[in-house]
Amino acid sequence: MIRFFVVLWVAVIAALPAAAQIKIEEVTSAGGIKAWLVNEPSIPIIAMQVGFKGGTSLDAPGKTGSINLMAGLLEEGTGDMDAAAFRRETESLAANFGFSARRDSVVVSAQVLKSNADEALALLRKAIVEPAFNDAAITRVRAQVLSGLESDLKDPQSIAGQTLNAIAFAGHPYSLPTDGTLETVKALTRDDLFAAHRASMSKDHLIVSVVGDVTAEELGPMLDALLGGLPEAGADLPARVAFGATGGTTVVDFPSPQSVALWAQPTSVDLDHPDFMPMFVMNHILGGGGFGSRLTDEVREKRGLTYGVYTYIAWLGATEYIGGSVASANGTVGEAIDVVAAEWKRMAEGGVTPEELDKAKKYMTGSYALRFDGNAKIARVMAGMQLDGFVPEYINTRNERLNAVTVEDIARVAKQHLQPDGLRFVVVGQPEGVVSTD
Amino acid sequence: MLLRTVSFCFAAVLAAQSVFAETGKVTTFELENGLQGVVIEDHRAPVVTNMVWYRVGSADEPAGYTGVAHFLEHLLFKGTKTLKPGEFSKIVKENGGVGNAFTSYDYTGYFQRVAADRLPLMMQLEADRMRNLVLLEEDVVTERNVVIEERNTRTESDPNSLFQEQRRAMMFMNHPYRNPVIGWRHEIEALNLQAALDFYETYYAPNNAILVIAGDVTPENVKALAEEHFGPLKPSDNIPERVRPKEPPHLSPVTVTFQDPRQTQPYFVRSYQAPKRQSGDQKEAAALLLFAQLLGGSGISSVMGQKLQLEQKIAVHTSAWYDSMSYDPETFGVYAMPRPDVTLDDLQDAVDQVLAEFLEEGVDAEHLARLKVQIAAEDIYELDDQAGVARTYGQALTAGLTVQDVQSWSDVLQSVTEEDIMAAARKVLVLKQSVTGLMLPPATEESQ
Repeated sequence: MIRFFVVLWVAVIAALPAAAQIKIEEVTSAGGIKAWLVNEPSIPIIAMQVGFKGGTSLDAPGKTGSINLMAGLLEEGTGDMDAAAFRRETESLAANFGFSARRDSVVVSAQVLKSNADEALALLRKAIVEPAFNDAAITRVRAQVLSGLESDLKDPQSIAGQTLNAIAFAGHPYSLPTDGTLETVKALTRDDLFAAHRASMSKDHLIVSVVGDVTAEELGPMLDALLGGLPEAGADLPARVAFGATGGTTVVDFPSPQSVALWAQPTSVDLDHPDFMPMFVMNHILGGGGFGSRLTDEVREKRGLTYGVYTYIAWLGATEYIGGSVASANGTVGEAIDVVAAEWKRMAEGGVTPEELDKAKKYMTGSYALRFDGNAKIARVMAGMQLDGFVPEYINTRNERLNAVTVEDIARVAKQHLQPDGLRFVVVGQPEGVVSTD
Repeated sequence: MLLRTVSFCFAAVLAAQSVFAETGKVTTFELENGLQGVVIEDHRAPVVTNMVWYRVGSADEPAGYTGVAHFLEHLLFKGTKTLKPGEFSKIVKENGGVGNAFTSYDYTGYFQRVAADRLPLMMQLEADRMRNLVLLEEDVVTERNVVIEERNTRTESDPNSLFQEQRRAMMFMNHPYRNPVIGWRHEIEALNLQAALDFYETYYAPNNAILVIAGDVTPENVKALAEEHFGPLKPSDNIPERVRPKEPPHLSPVTVTFQDPRQTQPYFVRSYQAPKRQSGDQKEAAALLLFAQLLGGSGISSVMGQKLQLEQKIAVHTSAWYDSMSYDPETFGVYAMPRPDVTLDDLQDAVDQVLAEFLEEGVDAEHLARLKVQIAAEDIYELDDQAGVARTYGQALTAGLTVQDVQSWSDVLQSVTEEDIMAAARKVLVLKQSVTGLMLPPATEESQ
């Protein structure tokens, strides 16, 4: 046994970890509902994600927050069951259901026991297809949403994000808060919630992923029973929008010892773009990868200016941009911002070193398998892939594509797509020496 | 009808459990130098979680040095006799691993999740930094600033955290649970290299550590690897006996009010002194956990939610909690956020009324049956989360519980009766042993 490990020990240096062996079956039910399935019989449970493209961006004009409130009410009563009865029934079946509305999707997640899956999914069907939207439940859940919105008004992270969205996406649904505003949520009616349900939860927006102790043959009828009653078509997905903020700084005064800074710039590289993979890896090296990324090294490790600094590429349904965030004491946030801007410029002008690229590839390819070690985790990954328009084969080709990225690719995309002078910073706090430019 | 469904599911759950008893198998070992090992098998994916837990946390810090346990956790990434600062994380990443660390009152933990064939390297790295840490003055100063920024982010920027600090300092008058894990700001600012190193040399040793490995491994392999990497490490001979200052009797109920212009939402929160899970005798704690679940474990289907949110319509949110897994006794608590037109005083009265009624009316048998169905199902659901199971064992063992205690917990919960719950409820709901917190609404702006 020991010798066995000694052999592997040597192999550690030479080879990367084995790739995840995930066998995805694409199932289409008799009723035409499609799902990605991974049959994993070793635990008698089934994890499921039912997603609908569009999400809160499908809020009708003036009804901002309607889809979020609607999603919050799905577990609050159906048919002749009121909210408490629905919860009690869920608990009796030991099922776990989750309902959430996001910028680009409404997602229903379920974890059920194999032993009573049909009953549990029959209950879930009622919530998804026949929500009651009782007045008592509306009043109660609306109060919860309003309470959250009140808190958001005094939360620096939330203020910063909302400020950036309002600047970048003026006139588009993305400029509005996903949960709505105090005014719009207070004004929502029961009819608005039924309209939100029809607009966002329809077969043309639907994706499904299932992982667990269930076969393709068993799954088809389950899908038809669960989702067959949904309307065929919902609202049109929102029009594409360009990230419209220009270079500069916006300071929002907020009394706190620490400032939160966000920054972002547009990019034209979407998920289908030939430069998708080089951008993805470049972002990892710049600031997406936490420890070992340039920004964490420079802002946290060398200077001790923050607990966390990150960059990300936002691949949303209707736009793309690249941005980041940092929090630092009011007295040092200016220095942190200067370092961010300098690193943006350094990447744009010089790209990355072969050592940095090699390191990033080893991490990004090697850690990919870690996403696939649980039914619920795999179901979430597959739902995310479908919502983003990936094909199942991506899982098996991703690491190969990633390994094909060269330092030249990254130098080229960094030069072409990073705009050190085009960064819009939004700073919420009382930063010293940082002022609004417009 | 509902009850029949309940009993049906319960039977189904138990049957399923026995069939799949092989998944999630847990075994243990101990090395001669005192290192304890726990192995949780999960062969579904070629992935492993490697965790090292130290039986030391913020409640073990010397007086005046709050935050040193957490500060040291940060410094464990700074380098050893053979690794340069930052190299630890670099090696983990280059092997496709993710890792991090965490500190609490009773434990400090380090973990990596990685492809199963990289486990030997992860163990080598953890064994190395268990005894061979090297700290440089410049790294210590920079990292102290990082921790201060962490406190800025987690605490100074969050009125709820500031309020919680104030309440805990009242809840524990003498026990070090009164101090925040991250440390009081002025004491973090004074932490230095020597303080961290002293703490390290005292507590970081195989006889104060637990290795928890979960994933695609066999117990034999893990034990052999542990022998190879941790076996040669010398145990510490000066680990203090883990006896913290005890609480004196609490003779007076305390109310703490808090106000912050950044806080828009008022709320009521009360914690009571509560016993902990005792090794070999977990029944009372199990009853308390079920009491918390019945009272406020699941929103509107719990007693508080039913009465305060659905019937009286005076609360936006309600919940109850019980901290069962701690080395010394922790707290039981209730929380409620009022609807906008309801005062905190009225809400507090209503919560007190709910508690009094519970003691009067007793447990709803059907509600308890539902909870027990969920507890049985959780034995199956938890098999889907190897890292979660590993955390449960690490937390339990550093709280003075045994592997046997963890494994019997589900059965103990099932054995709890309505009478057990009522006895535990009566024991814990003693106002003079409580701290009531009132987060006040923001002060009204002056109109002039």
